[in-house]
Amino acid sequence: MDFSNLITNYEEAVAVILFGIGFSNLLLQKNLIKKIIGFNIMDTAMYMFLAFKGYISGRKAPIVVDGIQSMEAYINPIPSGLVLTGIVVSVSVTALMLSLTIRLYRRYHTLDLDEISTRLEKEGL
Amino acid sequence: MQFVQNFPFMSIILTLFSGPLSSILSGKKAKYLNLAVISIVGVMSAAVLAFTVSTGEPYVYMMGHFPAPWGNEIRVGVLEGLMAVFFCIIMLLSMLGGIKEREREIEESKQNLYYIMVNLLLSSLLALIYTNDLFTAYVFVEINTISACGLIMIRQNGRTFVAATRYMIMSLLGSGMLLMGICFLYGLTGHLLMSNIQEAVAALNQTGAYHLPLVISLGMISVGLAVKSALFPFHGWLPDAYGYSTVSSASILSSLVSKGYIFLLIKVMFRVFGFAVVWDSKVINVLFVFGISGMIIGSIDAIRSRNIRRMIAYSSVAQIGYIYMGFGLGSMEGFIASIFHVLSHAATKSLLFVSASGLTEASGNSAVFGELTGAGFRNKVAGVAFTVGSLSMVGLPAFSGFISKLLFAQAAAGHHDWKVLPTLIALAISTVLNTVYFLKTVIRIYTPVPKVECKKKDYVTITMRQQPVKFAALVCFIIINLILGLFSQPIVTLISDGLKMFA
Repeated sequence: MDFSNLITNYEEAVAVILFGIGFSNLLLQKNLIKKIIGFNIMDTAMYMFLAFKGYISGRKAPIVVDGIQSMEAYINPIPSGLVLTGIVVSVSVTALMLSLTIRLYRRYHTLDLDEISTRLEKEGL
Repeated sequence: MQFVQNFPFMSIILTLFSGPLSSILSGKKAKYLNLAVISIVGVMSAAVLAFTVSTGEPYVYMMGHFPAPWGNEIRVGVLEGLMAVFFCIIMLLSMLGGIKEREREIEESKQNLYYIMVNLLLSSLLALIYTNDLFTAYVFVEINTISACGLIMIRQNGRTFVAATRYMIMSLLGSGMLLMGICFLYGLTGHLLMSNIQEAVAALNQTGAYHLPLVISLGMISVGLAVKSALFPFHGWLPDAYGYSTVSSASILSSLVSKGYIFLLIKVMFRVFGFAVVWDSKVINVLFVFGISGMIIGSIDAIRSRNIRRMIAYSSVAQIGYIYMGFGLGSMEGFIASIFHVLSHAATKSLLFVSASGLTEASGNSAVFGELTGAGFRNKVAGVAFTVGSLSMVGLPAFSGFISKLLFAQAAAGHHDWKVLPTLIALAISTVLNTVYFLKTVIRIYTPVPKVECKKKDYVTITMRQQPVKFAALVCFIIINLILGLFSQPIVTLISDGLKMFA
């Protein structure tokens, strides 16, 4: 196996590892708050991946202030746009998840989803 | 350009704006707005379908003023039009079929919020059907998830909260993988428009460069969408979500929401990667194995459940398995069979949910099997409708389920590798298991109960006069089922024409 690509593209590698950490937290944690934190790590890793994809070293953010209109002066703006859209999505989803968690906590006074499920079974609802 | 060509865009915008508008309306007005919007969009989609059938080729609709590699696009062909019309019809009938239950189960002050969710859901479904841009698809996938979550938890009890939370968690895992796959693909090809990606992928495939990343991104997108559409090992949230939400929600969730993701997956396979790349990658073999296991295990779970709503929900797991098995066959016939099954399952499952709610209403609002004895006599139309739905699911000729099973079997038989035998065996076993749990229920609802006992429990008789809307919806569902079953040939031709112009 040749790992030299991994060293050259270390940013992407880091992003994918972070994605894995977030993903497994969202999947495996019992505590709902920790799940949400995992989800946020996962999404942030994705934005990092996209930001690195769009970055070209030595160039500036694509905002024309000093009259330079040449394409060579700026980085790729599309990934930045995607990141912005993604942030909007993840903020709204996080808000929804947190409000669900509050509802569940008020009703059952625990953040453990499995415990709530077993309690529901006992209630026979 | 003709005026009809604006309709896909207009229907997305119309549904999108009717959502926020519902928030300032009263529950009753929001309901009428919702019904009107669904009907208008249905008519517009029918016009689009007629237009694409008459021209015989797909057209691209530019959003904004930027041409192909930069701008955003809508692409419309026969298959998209057919799906949009069908989704609108099913959604309209599901909404009509559950009016009484919604009034009873949703708080008065929150009635209009429900219609916001439904409108947004329809909007995202239409966008998933029409869009030609991967990232737009991702955004609307998230809108779809959020509004589906709202549909589950609008009926407030502990079960629905837990179900909604589980649904959100699984969906977030799925959309995380979907987004990562899209990011990989964007990194490899530099495009977000599906047609442009396909060109770039074909070029990459020819040179053989970046083969592994391509397969990984295809795998991530497929598995992400499979998780979101509740393919077998990822279906843990499904029975609670379908079993305890209000009946319109259950019927919309099972027949439309999961189908939107499946349609997006078909789009990814045909338009983004191209069929040849997908076929080489072996990802569909994974879907095939999951699909077949889902067909059997979903049916076994359905036999074991003691609650009619949960039984129908587990049956959904099995039917989603059928659809993925069709993908896994990897032939054109397999895909046609899967798409037909999408239609057939949508029509039948919503029929079953709505008729089951009629049966439970006649049995003191209990969905437990023991209480349902004789319900078919107390609510005659719902009993007949449930029987029709059951027979269709089992696959009796003249009903839609038979045609889809026939298409699956034909697709498998025309195949020449190891998948033939597993498919046919799984179809046979699954049909037997379907028969066990559906006919068990049908026999139970037609077992007479002595009158004395009816009075002791709070059983009521529901006649057609009391709920004309619901009965009309049920009759329409039955008619759709019979149309799909008896006049399947034109629809299959439409699907295969649509798939040809899809890529």
